[in-house]
Amino acid sequence: MRGMKLGPVVSALLLMAGAAGAADVKLAYVGEISGSIAVSGGNFRDGVILAVEEINAAGGILKEKIALSQLDTQTNPGVARSQMQKAIDGEPYVVLGPIFSGNVKATMQLLQQAEIPHLIGGEAGELTTLGDRFLFRTSFGQQIGMPKIANFIRDELKAKTIALIWVNNDFGKGGRDNLMKQLAERNIKLVADVSTESGQVDFAADVVKLKAANADAVFVYSNEEECARIMREARKQGLKGPFVGDTTLLSQKTIELAGDAANGVMGHVGLTADAPIPAVAEFTARFQKRFNYKPDHNGIKGYTAVYAVKYVTEKKLGKFDRKALAQVMHGLTIAPKDEPAILIETTWDNVGEIDRISFLAEVVNGQQKITKILPKLGK
Amino acid sequence: MADILQLLVAGLATGAIYALVAIGFTLLWQTSQTINFAQGEFVMLPAFFVLIAMSYFGLSFWPAVAVGTLVSIIVLGALFKRLVVDPMIRHGVLPLVIATIGLAILMKEAVREFYGADAQPFPPLAADINVTILGVAFAMQSLVVLAIGIAAVVALQLFLNRTRTGRCMQATAQNPTAARLLGIPVERMILYTFLINGALVALASILITPIYLAKFTNGEWLGLYAFIAAIVGGFNQVRGAIAGGLLLGVVDNFAAAYLSSQYRMALPLLILIVVILFRPQGLLGRIEERTV
Amino acid sequence: MRRGLLAGIVLTLAAAFLIAAPFAFKPYGIFILSMWAVMTIAAIGLNLTLGYAGQISLAQAAFVGIGAYITAYLTTRGWPFWITYVFGAVACFAIGWLLGYPALRVQHHYLAFVTLAFNTLVYLVFRNEEWVTGGIYGISNVPRPHVLGWPTNGPREFYYFCLAHLALISLASWWVIRSPWGRAFMALRENPVRALSLGVDTRRYTLMAFALGAGLGGIAGALYAPLVQFVDPTPFALGLSLNLLLMVVVGGSGYFFGPFLGAIVAVLLPEWLRFTEGFYLMGYALLVIILMAFRPTGLLGLADRLLKPRSKPAAKVAAATPDAAMQTEAAR
Repeated sequence: MRGMKLGPVVSALLLMAGAAGAADVKLAYVGEISGSIAVSGGNFRDGVILAVEEINAAGGILKEKIALSQLDTQTNPGVARSQMQKAIDGEPYVVLGPIFSGNVKATMQLLQQAEIPHLIGGEAGELTTLGDRFLFRTSFGQQIGMPKIANFIRDELKAKTIALIWVNNDFGKGGRDNLMKQLAERNIKLVADVSTESGQVDFAADVVKLKAANADAVFVYSNEEECARIMREARKQGLKGPFVGDTTLLSQKTIELAGDAANGVMGHVGLTADAPIPAVAEFTARFQKRFNYKPDHNGIKGYTAVYAVKYVTEKKLGKFDRKALAQVMHGLTIAPKDEPAILIETTWDNVGEIDRISFLAEVVNGQQKITKILPKLGK
Repeated sequence: MADILQLLVAGLATGAIYALVAIGFTLLWQTSQTINFAQGEFVMLPAFFVLIAMSYFGLSFWPAVAVGTLVSIIVLGALFKRLVVDPMIRHGVLPLVIATIGLAILMKEAVREFYGADAQPFPPLAADINVTILGVAFAMQSLVVLAIGIAAVVALQLFLNRTRTGRCMQATAQNPTAARLLGIPVERMILYTFLINGALVALASILITPIYLAKFTNGEWLGLYAFIAAIVGGFNQVRGAIAGGLLLGVVDNFAAAYLSSQYRMALPLLILIVVILFRPQGLLGRIEERTV
Repeated sequence: MRRGLLAGIVLTLAAAFLIAAPFAFKPYGIFILSMWAVMTIAAIGLNLTLGYAGQISLAQAAFVGIGAYITAYLTTRGWPFWITYVFGAVACFAIGWLLGYPALRVQHHYLAFVTLAFNTLVYLVFRNEEWVTGGIYGISNVPRPHVLGWPTNGPREFYYFCLAHLALISLASWWVIRSPWGRAFMALRENPVRALSLGVDTRRYTLMAFALGAGLGGIAGALYAPLVQFVDPTPFALGLSLNLLLMVVVGGSGYFFGPFLGAIVAVLLPEWLRFTEGFYLMGYALLVIILMAFRPTGLLGLADRLLKPRSKPAAKVAAATPDAAMQTEAAR
């Protein structure tokens, strides 16, 4: 049972205590340890911790051990800003997180001014359009993911009408705005546009609205817990699918909470612990052994972020230089043959947007099954 | 048409939950002038008692439910009264309100810290199937919740009106001084209301958590809706709480289905403001005389 | 006058600390102190409404939000800060007056619910009306103002800016409380019916206290926007109203320095104890409960009691709890 959260805290304290020498390289994780996005933030952080432990066990970056500090944004932009300021005061080499897009927006300015590279978990489309030269994603922005799922809806599902249910926060709204654009471009009509609250528990009325719309397919875009509740309610009321989503609808936590209600949902997943790639499977096994739960895509994001920093610093720079790191990463591709722990070949473009292969998946018998691999957009 | 019936049944089911929680809230106010801002968290907590009984002590579902209800009655009923309400009631209403706000924070954080921040699944009372009545499909769970909710309310009303103890409790609520003069053990009656509240919140918890999933934030909105239901229905009458709860559940569901979903919460809030300003005794309440 | 001397020493030390602090702290610490100053202003407003006039308001966060959004919206479109600041204060005062007009007819606990509902409605408007508030995305890159040509961009400069405001507002509220208005407020709190019988226009004074409190909330918001430089709906939900209420009560409602102390407990303490995270919040909640059980007059009430162990039985100490249910024969 994941009841007790003392484990990660203790290990983090040990990490901090053990690696407190002056010749250490400091990394700061500023993310959602509590609040409504705590699940995602926790996964990301644990991915980071796993990477840091592995790297330190192998000698560190350029022979210096990593000292990781953790700060909680409480999924609140005001708090995020103050915590980020605190992190910056500690002069970290690189900042990891936040995951919640609203928190990324609230803290970007500070990091830009301090010229500290930050590898974020946020997926809201606009984050890479704001001119921050130090920002790098660890997973697709919504403007990359949505065209892929829109293609799937048009080509595989052959749906002409979509009923959309989305969560009213940065993440959900950004996804909705992006999706609407993509659907319009493909002449697919949006016949229901149902917004829901973050943390909402009762979806009876919303599912009724979806039913009334009688669409060819239902698109569910919300945080994991709400996706689970929506699916349960949908099955309860006999809402007919097919159900489509992006990443969150098919994530491990959603499947766990929704039980049988999740079976049959389909969607696009940028990153997944169930990818048919040996390196990913090994990572998943290590993560599970270390933390006693299966990681979701956020765990992979955190893990690969730390290794990306290691790779660039050691193989491309040979020294610790924040500005040079940011410059080098623009337009950089890291392949598993260069750095196995990157798991999947990853390319960053000149605004920090990421490009990778991604997957189409379906939930079958309580497991996420990959049905297709989608190629990278570039190259 | 099918949709309207389904919305109605879903609304009544949710409304029955609000009613249970609002009744407890109203009883506490009537007998001891306690405004319990932590009522929402009181509903969040018993589900965790059950989960702990199941996972740590290895009980199966129904015994765990019994244990959880008992713990709820003792902790959220008797202990709450002894440790929180009694010391504070002599200072007046406001300190107690503040203390219950503090209590709500304490309970929420304790669950988050010691149990976990993630939502947990909770075993349902009924199978996840649909029942077709008159050609309309209704979720079994909704019907079960509605049935149990109504049964509980009816049982409570019978208790309050037909039994001696119940009538003594009503007397205590209406006029404690006169009740004392008549030889009614007022202190014990007040204790009973707290115990009943403990049982009611436990029942509400077990009914809703299968659908809402057990999470430490469950109390937030639920508490607010319970207050609205109690006030709109009538803060000083139990049947007010029932009417308010059912009305609120139905209105909320219909508003969400047919009005803007972004402003879904606004309708209950507006109703609350209108009722307080123009009919503070609520739909079914008695007018409270102001003490001079 | 031992008490007066003690108070004077404490005040001087505190003032010295506040002025010298930025040189000892890193930007993070300075940011937190600035936040403390801003929250104290909002709490002073609420103290006026609750502590002195006895009205329970759970809408203060909404007023802070309105002030913040007005400033954020206008300054990101090039308006100078000072105008937006005045706008915010006046708008909140007006809205407070309009809200108070019908709302203050009802009794205390009902007022709490009306203000609670108002706060949530305002939050919904902030969240949904994207065309003006930026909706869930918020308004970012709020600039910091220039004071007589001097920029306040740096953390230290902006801190002094906030501190100066706090000092001015403190003086202003001191003046209000000592004035006939202030005494009328206190009469309202102790025994409204009696005040009415003495010819005090309770309606007008209650409204005044409520609106003033709202206006101060607006000013706090106008400072919040350039402090955090990002305004979104999340901070202005009910949680902040409850937090401000706790601040006022824990500090000592009705005491002049109550809000300062309460804001220290609510803003500074969590940051210093952040490593305990969840435990801090639980400790805070526990403190509130215990305080309410034994000394509902808050920390300053406790200090008062400790320094004045033998008080005359007939006269109640300085500020008693605002409670219309209690019949007090307070000798003033």
